[in-house]
Amino acid sequence: MEKRKEEIMKFVFLLAACASIATVAMICLFLFANGLPTIGKIGAADFFLGERWRPANDVYGILPMILGSLYVTLGAIVVGVPVGILTAVFMARFCPEKIYNVLKPSVELLAGIPSVVYGFFGLVVMVPFIREHIGGTGSSMLTASLLLGMMILPTLISVAEAALRAVPDSYYEGALALGAGHVRSVFFTVVPAAKSGIMAAIILGMGRAVGETMAVIMVAGNQARMPIGILEGVRTMTTNIVIEMGYAADLHRDALIATAVVLFVFILIINLTFSYLKGKVVQQ
Amino acid sequence: MTGLKAQLNRKLHECGRDPLSLFLLGCVIAAALITFMVLSFLLGYILWQGLPNIETGLFALQYNSENVSLFPALVDTVLMVIMALAIATPLGIFAAVYLVEYASRGNRLVSLVRVTADTLAGIPSIVYGLFGMLFFVTYLKWGYSLLAGACTVAIMILPLIMRTTEEALKAIPDSYREGSYGLGAGKLRTVFAVVLPSAVPGILAGVILSIGRIVGETAALIYTAGTVAALPDGVLSSGRTLAVHMYVLASEGLYMKQAYATAVILVVIVVAINALSSRLAKQLMKGK
Repeated sequence: MEKRKEEIMKFVFLLAACASIATVAMICLFLFANGLPTIGKIGAADFFLGERWRPANDVYGILPMILGSLYVTLGAIVVGVPVGILTAVFMARFCPEKIYNVLKPSVELLAGIPSVVYGFFGLVVMVPFIREHIGGTGSSMLTASLLLGMMILPTLISVAEAALRAVPDSYYEGALALGAGHVRSVFFTVVPAAKSGIMAAIILGMGRAVGETMAVIMVAGNQARMPIGILEGVRTMTTNIVIEMGYAADLHRDALIATAVVLFVFILIINLTFSYLKGKVVQQ
Repeated sequence: MTGLKAQLNRKLHECGRDPLSLFLLGCVIAAALITFMVLSFLLGYILWQGLPNIETGLFALQYNSENVSLFPALVDTVLMVIMALAIATPLGIFAAVYLVEYASRGNRLVSLVRVTADTLAGIPSIVYGLFGMLFFVTYLKWGYSLLAGACTVAIMILPLIMRTTEEALKAIPDSYREGSYGLGAGKLRTVFAVVLPSAVPGILAGVILSIGRIVGETAALIYTAGTVAALPDGVLSSGRTLAVHMYVLASEGLYMKQAYATAVILVVIVVAINALSSRLAKQLMKGK
């Protein structure tokens, strides 16, 4: 009887462990089964390279959204990476304990704030600010990039900080022994040694920025046309899905699912790059 | 404070003769300040604008366009959290138990589980939302319902619960397990009576973090749980959580005051959850 129970429970645990495999398989199945035939139907070239998205005329080109996602993500990286990585350096090597005890929870809190709250903040603070002081309508690529740059800070900081802390002290001590000061030792030995980890942080930040939806939707303007300038509105793949899914039907709906497939593939590539870089850090 | 000042002075002195060092030091301090200011400005602004807008009407039992009550949304949020945790917590904990206590080293299944869990953790919430819509809402014909929403977010938080439980189980010294075996307990009894109870703080920290994610989730819920703003009749009725409620208010643009107030409530919940989780994590560190 006891033995039987052991066996059964072991099987239950095994099943639970397979749950994540099953869900990933299901997600792939449902997205690809709905999305891939649609891409075939629209025509891969028309779908990926089409510059116009006109559901009313059954014209579905998602190049504007792909470019929109890329530009906004690049913008977020340009805004977020210098601040994030330097903050990580500060936290890992410069920070007195008293400040660390404030800064670390702050970063965690920044990670916990819901994206809809970020979006709301962007809508009521950043959009009017940019409209009045920089130009355009305010709902623009620039606003989305700035907001996403803020949102990816916690990801960048926590991954990069862990990477910097993983560098053996002997590197730093060696630099000190050769006569370099604290700052130079950190920046010219510790930071280069944590290179892969810092790259991993940036890649993960990119993943967050590409996948972000609700915050972008509230500040980016969402016009479905080729991006024409940083003060003009832009639509990303994620926002395209949310905006139109509510009323889409037939081929339009399938085209949105196909958009999700493209987004999913982007994320998979980013994740694989991240795991590769993380593996490299572990090897060191 | 004097200690800090002395430290800073020492650093400045050290850099005094080296402009590059001085510049780099300035950069890192500025970056840290910016990070801190982003958070304080965001929280400060939301609280300053939102607190005066919290009124008793917001907590009226029924939602209508006059009071714009967030009470139904609050109820939906609580229900959503309970249902999603009821699904994801046992699954996540059992999976972690298998990975740590049962699987042999170098097991191929284990690496597959890790890879898929990492993949799940990286998928954007809108993709989950779309999957939930295709599978739970349409394929299983549940319609826009709390149940469909809860299942969708349960998948989202599964990797988080699995990972934190795994870490907590790994942190338990082998001597506990050996002690239990030595007293004649079987594997199952060891897991449930010795290993899991000692891992509770760590598991709880993960569960609390998951609550934070569910409370803040929007994109995965719009097309699974729907946006109906009434008290739910059952698990198959549609309902909006607080975050969805806030998104709807903000994008309609008609009820900005109430949107501010909802933002305050969301932020307060998240801050409380974070504080609780980090406190538990600290307790865990002390226990070691």
